[in-house]
This record gives sequence, C-alpha cells and structure tokens, in this order.
Amino acid sequence: MMGWLGPEEWQAVALSLRVSFWAMLLSLPFGVLVAYALARWRFPGKGLLNGLVHLPLILPPVVTGYLLLLAFGTRGPIGGVLEQIGIVFAFRWTGAALAAAVMGFPLLVRAIRLSIEAVDPKLEQAAATLGASRFWVFLTVTLPLILPGLLAGAVLAFAKAMGEFGATITFVSNIPGQTQTLPSAIYAFLQAPDGEQAAMRLVIVSVMVAMSALLLSELLARRIARRVGGA
Amino acid sequence: MTLSVSLSHHLPGFDLDVSFDAPPGITVLFGQSGSGKTTIINAVAGLLRTDHARVSVGGRVLCDTDAGICMPPARRRLGYVFQEGRLFPHLTVRQNLGYGRWFAPKTALHADMPAVVEMLGIGHLLDRRPAALSGGEKQRVAIGRALLSGPDMILADEPLAALDASRKAEILPYFESLRDELSVPILYVSHSASEVARLATTVVALENGQVVRQGAAAEVLGDPQVTPLGPRQAGAMIQARVVKHHRDGLSELDAGGVQLLVPRVAGASGSALRLHIAAQDVMLATIRPEGISALNIIPAQVREIRMGYGPGALVQLSAGGNLILSRVTRRSVDALELHTGQQVFAVLKAVSVAK
Repeated sequence: MMGWLGPEEWQAVALSLRVSFWAMLLSLPFGVLVAYALARWRFPGKGLLNGLVHLPLILPPVVTGYLLLLAFGTRGPIGGVLEQIGIVFAFRWTGAALAAAVMGFPLLVRAIRLSIEAVDPKLEQAAATLGASRFWVFLTVTLPLILPGLLAGAVLAFAKAMGEFGATITFVSNIPGQTQTLPSAIYAFLQAPDGEQAAMRLVIVSVMVAMSALLLSELLARRIARRVGGA
Repeated sequence: MTLSVSLSHHLPGFDLDVSFDAPPGITVLFGQSGSGKTTIINAVAGLLRTDHARVSVGGRVLCDTDAGICMPPARRRLGYVFQEGRLFPHLTVRQNLGYGRWFAPKTALHADMPAVVEMLGIGHLLDRRPAALSGGEKQRVAIGRALLSGPDMILADEPLAALDASRKAEILPYFESLRDELSVPILYVSHSASEVARLATTVVALENGQVVRQGAAAEVLGDPQVTPLGPRQAGAMIQARVVKHHRDGLSELDAGGVQLLVPRVAGASGSALRLHIAAQDVMLATIRPEGISALNIIPAQVREIRMGYGPGALVQLSAGGNLILSRVTRRSVDALELHTGQQVFAVLKAVSVAK
C-alpha cells in the first residue's frame, strides 16, 4: 500500500489510523462509565449529562471544534493547566484524537447504554447473592454480557473518528504530518489544481477501512453471540 | 444453624411485620401471593431494605437496623435459588457451579463439586451453556450453584413455580435430599399446599404481611384456624410407613397405629413417606358406616370445630396422634351435633402421597 500511495497520502492514512485508534481506546472507559451511569443510576443532573454527551451529535462540528479550541487551547482553562504537565492538544495529533473522541462519544455511549439496559439486573442480583461485590459483578457478569454492544460502539466510534473533519480542522487545523487526517488530506488535495487522483486514492482507502471495520465488528459480534448462547 | 428473622416494613396499603425462626430442615413461608413471602426472603438475602430488620444466622448478624449494621448481599453467604434459575448465560454449567466458590472463604466450602454434581445428576451437562438446558435442568444447576457457594443457609423463592408438573416431580426429590442429608437450613417460599405437605419441616403461615402461625409442619397444616389459602385448600399432612404391598395394587401404610390403604406407592416396606389429606376429601360419620366403597374409615376424636363465615366448617380430628382436617357444612355440624371430644369415624375418600 505504501508504494501505491504517495508519502504525503500515506502519512495522512497512518495519522488517521493512529488518531482513531487512540480516540477509541481512551474514550472507551469513559464511555462505559457514562453509559452505566445513564442506564443504571439515578442522580440529579442526569438529563443534563445525557444532553451534554449527545451535544456533539447535533451541534455543527465547527462549533464543537471551536469550543474545544476555547477550552483546550494553550490559553484555554483546561488546556492551560494540562500544558503545565506536558500535555498539549492545540495543533498536535493529540488534539485531533481528542476532537475525534468527543465527536464519536455519543455513538459509543448510545451503543453501550443500550446493551447495559438489555442486561437483566436479576442476573447481577444473583451474582451478588453468590458473594460477588459490585466490582466483580460488573467484571464477571455485566461486562461479558455487554461485550457485543461494547464492540459495536467501539467500531462505530473508530469509524466516526476516521471520518471526522469539521471539528478537527477547526480545533487543530490541517498541518501535513501533524494534524492532516484522511478527510483533511482529501479536502486539501481537492483544493489543489492536480490533486484529484491523490484524493481518489484516499477515498478508496477510506471506503476500505470503513468496510473492514464493519465486517470485523460483525464477525466478532457473531462469535460472541454464539458464545453467550443467545439466551 | 438457625435463622432468626424479625422484619417490619411499611408500604402504602401493605404493612409487613413478621418475626420467626427457621431451624435446620426446610422452613416454608406459606401464603397467598401478596402475603409478603417474597419481600421477606429478599430482605433476608439483602436484596431489599426494610424499615426495620434484624436477621441473624447461627448467631452471625446479617442485618440489625437498630445497631446500624446491614451487610450487602455479597457478604451474607446465603445461597439463593430463584424462581427463574437466573443462570449466567455466558458461562458454562461448570463455570456457573463454580461461580460462588470463587468468592467464598475456603473454610466455608463444605460441599464439594463432584458430590453435588452427582447428587443433582448434572454430570453430563457440565460443558453446556444454560441456553441448551431444559427448565428442570436449569433449576438443578441453580440448586447446585447455590449449594456450592458455601452458604450458611439456602433461600428458595418458589423454585418450582415456573416448571410444569413433570419437571416439578423431577426437582422435588432434590429438595427432600437437601432437607434430609444436609445440615444447612432452607428457607423456602411456596403457595402450593402439596409442596408444603411434601417438603416442610417447619411452616410459617403468612396472611397480609403477618405471621398467623408457625410451628412443626403437621401441626400448622392440621390447624383449622390456619388456612392461608382459604378453607377449600386446607389439608393435613401425616407421616406414614409402608407396611406391605398387596397383590391387588394397593399398598398398606401405618401412620401412628392407623392403617391406611392407598394405590401402590414406591418404596420398600419400612420406608417413610408423607401423606397429604385434603380436608375436602374427608367425610364424617357418627357411627361406623357399612356398605360403603371407601376403604379408609378411621376412628377419630373431634378436637376443634371452626365455623366458617359461609356454609362451611372445618373440623380437626385426632387419630392415633395424627391431626386430620375435615371440611363439612355447618348444617352437618348441627345435624350430627358435633362437639369437641366426640368419637367419630373419618371416611377418607382419597389419600395422596404428598407430591
């Protein structure tokens, strides 16, 4: 694939894969926690949390990107603090990962929440009567039972991250090798007078990555469903 | 080991206020739906908080709201057999059985896996997943899972209610062997008179969230004042031994000197069994009836008569130390001038082995 793609194109693909992978992986624990809280706990401000999680789905991505820039930019309230411990998001690939994670978060939480709601709390009660503490109940009963939903959510979040454009370009711009992800690169090539062929190659890569992600999740979900026995 | 329970709970339209002991053997919480049985067992398990609770097993305090102690379910070490089994679908039968052992202190593990698997006859199922089991098999695995978690006590909430008659017959013997072979006390919720007659060592009769009577099974079931399911469902339980099997298909039984003939029962002579005699199936005569097809005519003494609000009355009889209930009409009580201490003859239309 490296020979087929030009170095600049390859750079964009590799960056996108890296950004999406980390975006998915690091948002997963938060996604599970938020989904669990929304599915099982009652607390004041639950509606607000739910709205906040879903906001990126509805807001124009440019707005999300700009809000991220305000909060996580080097002069932002969060970005400023993080900069002192060496974590910088602004105009770095890490910022692209953050943008992708935020944009994919509603999809991730939705999928996990649905599967947590499908787990019969009576099974968790049964585990508790057998001596399992809350932590172990979650680890040995809830988590294995939501695995298909978790996986579907993760793949969805990954795919969303691969395609994220608006928030990314607003937050971290379009710097080749640093923040130029696959969609940004396609956009850049299309702006250039002779970039149409390169853009087309990246479009093909995009379709291939999305397709394999979907097939992989389908395969894994089916294998897990068989293991769980469908009951 | 004995379970001591004292609970009170207030809900709109329902007040629970109970206090009872469950000694070794099977203690059945017996009552109609809505009498508070499931609330009690869930409070004992720690799955439900009541306004006031004091629960202890063999001196170990599980919950004492006055002292501000209430253990979470995970620390109570009570094996709970649920009505619907609740096996973990993602684990094999073997893993389900082993689940509780993982968390139990090693000193509590008295029952060992091979013995329990053998007793419940589930050896061939170990590598299957719950989805591939029948209802009866699931319930046997659920019993095994509870037993293997090293519990101080077994709780069972109508474990047979979701099964059809033949599956019930498949599971009942396992509860009998738990009762007869293990020292772990069992708290068992039921609204089935025949199940109670067959299994109960002790009966706690419940009505509207109150204990109306608690005591040995034969005494509570033979008490005309205690009819948790209504007088139509009343029936006594008596213990009998097989004397011999007759050639014409009948078996001769002895219950405290009283001879009974019943359709052939399983079990060699000398073996013990429990009989359930529904009050509906017992007629009374003041002189020994003759020329009657009924085989079992027993001399008995009237101990107590409870007049119902309707046309019926329940008469408690004593025969050879056994308590038997008879359901007759108030008109018959008057016509026969039945009174306490009177010698009568009980005509048993049907005697069934409790099942």
